[in-house]
Order: sequence, then structure tokens, then C-alpha cells
Amino acid sequence: MNIHEYQGKEILRQYGVAVPRGYVAFSPDEAVKVAKELETAITVVKAQIHAGGRGKAGGVKIAKNLDDVRTYAKELLGKVLVTHQTGPEGKEVKRLYIEEGCPNIEKEYYISLVVDRATSRVTVMGSAEGGMDIEEVAAETPEKIFTEVVDPVLGLTAFQARRLAFNIEIPAKLVNQAAKLMLGLYQAFLEKDASMLEINPLVVTGDDKVLALDAKFNFDGNSLYRQAEVRELRDLDEEDAKEIEASKYDLSYISLDGNIGCMVNGAGLAMATMDTISYYGGSPANFLDVGGGANAEKVTAAFKIILSDPQVQGIFVNIFGGIMKCDIIAEGVVAAAREVGLQVPLVVRLEGTNVELGKDILNNSGLNIIAANSMADGAQKIVNLVAGEVKA
Amino acid sequence: MSVFINKDTKVIVQGITGETARFHTKQMVEYGTKIVAGVTPGKGGTEVDGIPVFNTVEDAVKETGATVSVIYVPAAFAADSILEAVDAELDLAICITEHIPVLDMVKVKRYMEGKKTRLVGPNCPGVITADECKIGIMPGYIHTKGHVGVVSRSGTLTYEAVHQLTQAGIGQTTAVGIGGDPVNGTNFIDCLKAFNEDPETYAVVMIGEIGGTAEEEAAEWIQANMTKPVVGFIGGQTAPPGKRMGHAGAIISGGQGTAAGKIEAMNAAGIEVAPTPSVIGETLIKVIKEKGLYEACKTH
Repeated sequence: MNIHEYQGKEILRQYGVAVPRGYVAFSPDEAVKVAKELETAITVVKAQIHAGGRGKAGGVKIAKNLDDVRTYAKELLGKVLVTHQTGPEGKEVKRLYIEEGCPNIEKEYYISLVVDRATSRVTVMGSAEGGMDIEEVAAETPEKIFTEVVDPVLGLTAFQARRLAFNIEIPAKLVNQAAKLMLGLYQAFLEKDASMLEINPLVVTGDDKVLALDAKFNFDGNSLYRQAEVRELRDLDEEDAKEIEASKYDLSYISLDGNIGCMVNGAGLAMATMDTISYYGGSPANFLDVGGGANAEKVTAAFKIILSDPQVQGIFVNIFGGIMKCDIIAEGVVAAAREVGLQVPLVVRLEGTNVELGKDILNNSGLNIIAANSMADGAQKIVNLVAGEVKA
Repeated sequence: MSVFINKDTKVIVQGITGETARFHTKQMVEYGTKIVAGVTPGKGGTEVDGIPVFNTVEDAVKETGATVSVIYVPAAFAADSILEAVDAELDLAICITEHIPVLDMVKVKRYMEGKKTRLVGPNCPGVITADECKIGIMPGYIHTKGHVGVVSRSGTLTYEAVHQLTQAGIGQTTAVGIGGDPVNGTNFIDCLKAFNEDPETYAVVMIGEIGGTAEEEAAEWIQANMTKPVVGFIGGQTAPPGKRMGHAGAIISGGQGTAAGKIEAMNAAGIEVAPTPSVIGETLIKVIKEKGLYEACKTH
């Protein structure tokens, strides 16, 4: 789960991490009101969307007075920002963060915390190349990235934080301040069950302060059950409506650009089904894993979500029943097809537990359901059917 | 022979009184697995379908001599159950539970350092040695005894591969689902090592997916050490970057963990990679024919 920059900074404040002062605003009037309260020479108006690259896309404005704040707030609210992380359709700005400007930045740095798969530990990464895309730094100058691997028994130690600060060339007199900030970041990461926390840039100012100028949090979805405060920060406007609906039924759904809807059990098989459709020249409209314990109700919900995508011109159901019984899936498919009045071709491949029962249910349903003998057979059939539809 | 488990393996079920655990315990017993005990705190002294239940793993092990545990405990408590299995010095703990918080697994992995127990999972279908011992949630009937080892990050994709092999008359030794989480126990290399040392395994199918670098590391290891042919498949070739494809570990981030990169690394290590999941079986057969192992691998 992602949150906005202003929410991330609010969390950091609780952990004693120095961040510039600022407030969220939902309208130009609010923006001006909070800018007045800040009483700063320079005010930064920042678009709040769940995507990086806002600055380059024109989502961050420097205001010299309150009139500027109003002008920029009007300009940004309702604007669709297209960054390298939003996709071509972009994201509409509905919230702004009004923050005090930081006029005397001496140098920018990069700090992030992630759960590293290779070591199975939390790793703190730092670089003197602040403000840059860290993936670029990693690819071109990996020697400029320094890491500290955290032992979960000890947590991030003071010496590790100091070492990292020295390595990324934070001025010696500010190393203790930077180390304290890093310890705060680690504590926030740990206590809020983050999976990623990125500060880009971390800055050192002319008046000897170390500040987190940006904050990007990513939380572990598996831990949200014990993170009530984090759950409150979810912004449904930032998520795909179909993905929200799917999550209500505990379905794992991701919207894609194609026109063939997929319903599959198991994440690996769901990915492989998308791959197979593409291999035969088709284009999947979604990733959908109905999970191991799906029932008829879940299958119906999954069907409705797939069909709510106007791009969908055919559906491929690919089930390898292990725990999942084929007759249950078949019943769900038939019920759903009847309920929604299916208008597009439907190809079903069933394999596994109770497969014969499942096939009987489909055959006797009176519905126009095309049976497939294998994943490849099914993928080819749906690709051909949809291609035919498109031509006609 | 086989890897990790066989017909003599004595197994306990942690969380046996839960609905899912109970269903799968029956399936495992029907397959022939020696389920000797269950563990549910507070239910010690009772029985589930004739299987004695204990309050602690320690008690269950002391009474039954079990060496392997399978964990069906809900996600919020599953990490603690793994710790309990490790503390009881079991040889193997197989954790089926999905959605365990990743920072819980970070602690578990730290605790396991220097300890005896091997962990498979979490978020995995389990381990099966065909016709001998099934521990987990996989459909038993698709497996046939034979000479091909299977290791995979995905559950249903493992079934797909095993089914293709069985249909084509190629049996299996052991199939291991290592699970789709970013922080887990046994990895590809651990399984490949075991298959390499197992005299009954003649060839291996390795099924990976997007995210992380486990497949690349395995490819390197195979090139340097593996004496048996390996064929592969990578799921998620068409997955968009930045999106988590169901499995917590299946995410392409910062240009890392792409299917193309993994396939390239595997090809470079001499591993044939099936272009689609439907031809995993065919690809293996092609390779074992080239190596003159086809007749030996065929189920007679």
C-alpha cells in the first residue's frame, strides 16, 4: 500500500525525523490559508499523487507570495499529471501539500530502506547522488551506493548509521545529526511495517540542518491487519476501481491494457496464462487470481469485475483445481454468465479435482461456453475468437 | 530415493484443528503420508480424525518421534509456529500459510541461523515425493513415481508442469514448491543441490517467475555444479513493471527481476527455457532425449 508524501512526512515527524513544515490542502482557499500560517518567504506547492517524477511533470511549484500560491493551487488541482510512473493516462491531482521552502540547500543525498530478498534483512542504502533516480545510479555507478544490513535483533546500530553518513560524505559536523535521522527512519520503518521507505532527497542546509525533503513509503499489505493507523491513510482515489472491488472479495486483480479477460487460480498460473495469450498474439485485459479457496460467490464477483472493463471482448477461464474443485468453479461460471447476460465469447479450460463433473455442468448449461483441452488450446481459441470479433 | 521426504517420514500438523488443515490432513493421510500428531495450543489431549493433538510441538515430537512439521496456522500467528518448529529441532518445517508479514519472516530467518531445521515456504503448496509422502495442498493424483525433480515458486504452475510430465509418461521423484514470498526458507539452489545428489533424480524442471534474482543465482550455480539436465520456465513475461502480480515476491522493480533477464541468464547457463507453460513437459522430453535419458525417465 502506498500513501501520499504529506502523510509520510507526518509519520516521520512522529519519529523525530526533521522534515520541513507543511500542511495538506484540498482547495485553493485552503492552500492560501495554510500558506499564511507557514509565514515563509518561499512556499512550495506540491501535487499529491501516488507516483514519483512529479517535479519533472510540473507538479511542484515554487510560490513567492500568497497570490502565487493561489494561482498554482488552481492550476494543479484537477490537473492530470503524467509522470514516468503514472502511465500515459496520468493521475488527477486532488490534494496539495503546501510546504515551507528550503532556500539554502547545500547538497542533496539519497537514503532508502528496503527488505532485501538476498539477505532476508532490512537494508539501508545511501548515496551522495541525491535527487537522482537511484536505479540509474545503481546501473551506472554502483560504487556510489553504500549499504548497511540490519540485524533484526539489534536494529540499526548507531555505528552503522554513522558509517553510512560518512560514506556518503555528509559533512563531519553533521554526521551525528544525519545518523540520528537514519535511526528515526529505521524505527518508523519497523513499527509501521513498511516494505520500502525512500528519502530522495535528504538535504544538508546552509544553517547546518539535515532534513528529509521528500518521503515515499510503501507498506507491506500482509501487515495491514495490525496497522490501523496506516490503513486510515489509504486513498481510494489513487487506486483502480476494479482493483478496489476485487480486494473486497479477496481476489487478486490487476488491470492491464488488452481485451481478453482472464480468470485463473494461482498467481503463477495467472501470470503464465497472460504470457500464453500474448504468445498466441492476443492481449490480456487483466491479471486475476481467484485464490485457492474460491466459491461460487467469488467466481461471480470475479466475472462481474472482468466484464465491468469495457475493453473486454472475450474471457478465458483457466483453472487447475487442486484445493479448488472444478465443479464449484463451473457452477460459479454458469451462474455468473447467466446473471450478467454474457455477450462476449467465453473459453473455459478445467483440469484437476472433479474435472468431469465440472465439464458436465458447463455442457448442460445451455450457454455458449467453448471448452478447451489445455492452456495452450484455450489461449489460441480465445485469441482467434476475439480477433474474429474485432474484424466483424 | 527422493529428496527431503519419503515413505517413512513422520509428520505433525501445526494448526490441525482448523478447517483447511483438517481437510488437507485427510488428503495427506489418504495419500499415505504418516501423519502422527497435530498441534493446537489448548486442544492437547483431544483427537482429530483419530490423530492425537498436543499443546506444543515439543510434546508432539517427544511422544511421536516426528521429524517434519507442516504449518496451516493463520498468517498472524504463523511466524511463531515456524519458530516453535525450529526450537523443537525438527529436520523440516513446511509452511503453507500465505500473507505472513515480511518483517516477521525477517525475524524468523535470523532465528533460524545456525539451527538444524530446514524451512520450505511460506506461501507454498508443500513438498511431495510421488507415491510415498505428500505434505501440503497439492492434488496427489497428478503425480507419478519416476525420475524428474520439480522445483517451483508457484503452486498451480507446479501442478501444470507435473500434470504434463505424468501425461507424457514421465514420472517424478519429488516436487518442491518453495513459495512466492520475497523472504522465504529453502531456495532454488538448496533444491537443485538435493536433486543433484539424489541418485534417483535424472533431470530437473525449475519454474521461476518475475521478481528478485533467485533464478539468476540458480542459473549460475547450475552452470558451475549441476551434473544433470535442467529445463526451466519463467512466469510473468508479460507482467507490467511496478505491479505486484499476486505473489508478494512477484514484482519487477527498477528494471530488476524481469522475465527477459532471467531467461537470458538461464539460457547463458545452458538451461533450455520453455517458451510457454504448455510446453514445459515437451521441452524436458526434448532435452532428456538429447541426453539419452528418455528411456530411463519413462514410466514403465
